[in-house]
Amino acid sequence: MSNNKEAFLTPLNRNNPVTVQILGICSSLAVTAQLEPALVMGLSVTIIVALSNVVISLLRNTIPVRIRIIVQLLVCAALVTIVSEILKAYAYDVSVQLSVYVGLIITNCILMGRLEAFAMANKPWASFLDGLGNGFGYAIILVIIAFIRELLGSGNLFGIPVIPQSFYDFGYLNCGLMLMAPMALIIIGCIIWVQRAKYPDLD
Amino acid sequence: MNTNSNTYTIVYASIVVVLVAFLLAFVSSVLKERQNANVELDTKKQILSSLNVDFENADPAALYEEIIKEDMIINSLGDTLAKEGGFYVKVADENAKDKLEDRQLPVFVANVDGATKYVLPVRGNGLWGPIWGYVALDDDKNTIFGVYFSHQGETPGLGAEIAHEKFKKPFHGKHIMRNGEFASVRVVKPGKSDPNAEYVDGLSGGTMTSQGVDAMLMDGLSQYVVFLKK
Repeated sequence: MSNNKEAFLTPLNRNNPVTVQILGICSSLAVTAQLEPALVMGLSVTIIVALSNVVISLLRNTIPVRIRIIVQLLVCAALVTIVSEILKAYAYDVSVQLSVYVGLIITNCILMGRLEAFAMANKPWASFLDGLGNGFGYAIILVIIAFIRELLGSGNLFGIPVIPQSFYDFGYLNCGLMLMAPMALIIIGCIIWVQRAKYPDLD
Repeated sequence: MNTNSNTYTIVYASIVVVLVAFLLAFVSSVLKERQNANVELDTKKQILSSLNVDFENADPAALYEEIIKEDMIINSLGDTLAKEGGFYVKVADENAKDKLEDRQLPVFVANVDGATKYVLPVRGNGLWGPIWGYVALDDDKNTIFGVYFSHQGETPGLGAEIAHEKFKKPFHGKHIMRNGEFASVRVVKPGKSDPNAEYVDGLSGGTMTSQGVDAMLMDGLSQYVVFLKK
């Protein structure tokens, strides 16, 4: 039981997929210019990691070792395609907004990383929790980065202006640089820095 | 059982692939109809949006039926090819045709509060992928009544701003003709101007996308010149 709890909780902080395992960096840069796509991306990845972890965990004893990566990839790709098709049919607006990013979930290293490192060796329920934990751990980081970037870059949160007009009247300017991908990398760097300072044993 | 033998590996791979293929084909065929309906509804919303029609609290499909009177197809010589069916013309495919005369050009004739408006679809390329839009003109076929722009994957916060009101609003009331000749509405860098046509400010940080919109309007609308002058 404690193992299951650990599988869910450690990825949220001490074993965070983005800041500690350094997985899924590419998409953290791509979808974090605004909060909304970041949130939806975080949730989609959570669902897909959890489900594909379960499927791979169920199959783990039957998968031939030599083609295991291909089988993992196939399972992720199938799930991502199904999720994307369902979004198109039942939540068209969301799917339009996410556009290419849904398809890009397949290339998210967290998926393959968790399948290979955890689901191949653990029972379905533990794998499911591990998937949820890693998905949420990823989503948290995405939301933090998107919050900073959207606030400083365009003065909005969830597309709603939050910086009062009077600030602009005094000469405050949105920092367009924040919307560029490199700034996301720098923010991730800062988060990692804070986290390492708090847990010196992480090295 | 030996899961590492060649036979097992090949059989396993084949079964998994066939299963997944079957599953995906099944999902796709079950959802196809709903997806197509969504795409059509979305296109209708885009057209209504270019006419500044608020469909937030209404049924967009019914509003579309009410407002759009005709979706005719014309060619670059201004001849009417068909009275209806313009809705189903794939503008991107038409733009890919070499000869201008061969292209089928949809024109949506709308009636907003008793006034006739013409909606012309345009397609182009942004920085990362396709961009598209609808331009609604007053019945003088010159003054822009409203515009709609969207994109597939422009940078959020930069190029993607073309879809937002702040970018679209300045187009309202601009004229696409100058002294009886087609001049389009140029998208220029903020602070710059254009002596030969009316212009709106582009997006800082979204220069490539702004240029895409500029080219899209220029190329897209110029196909309609004969129709516009009639």
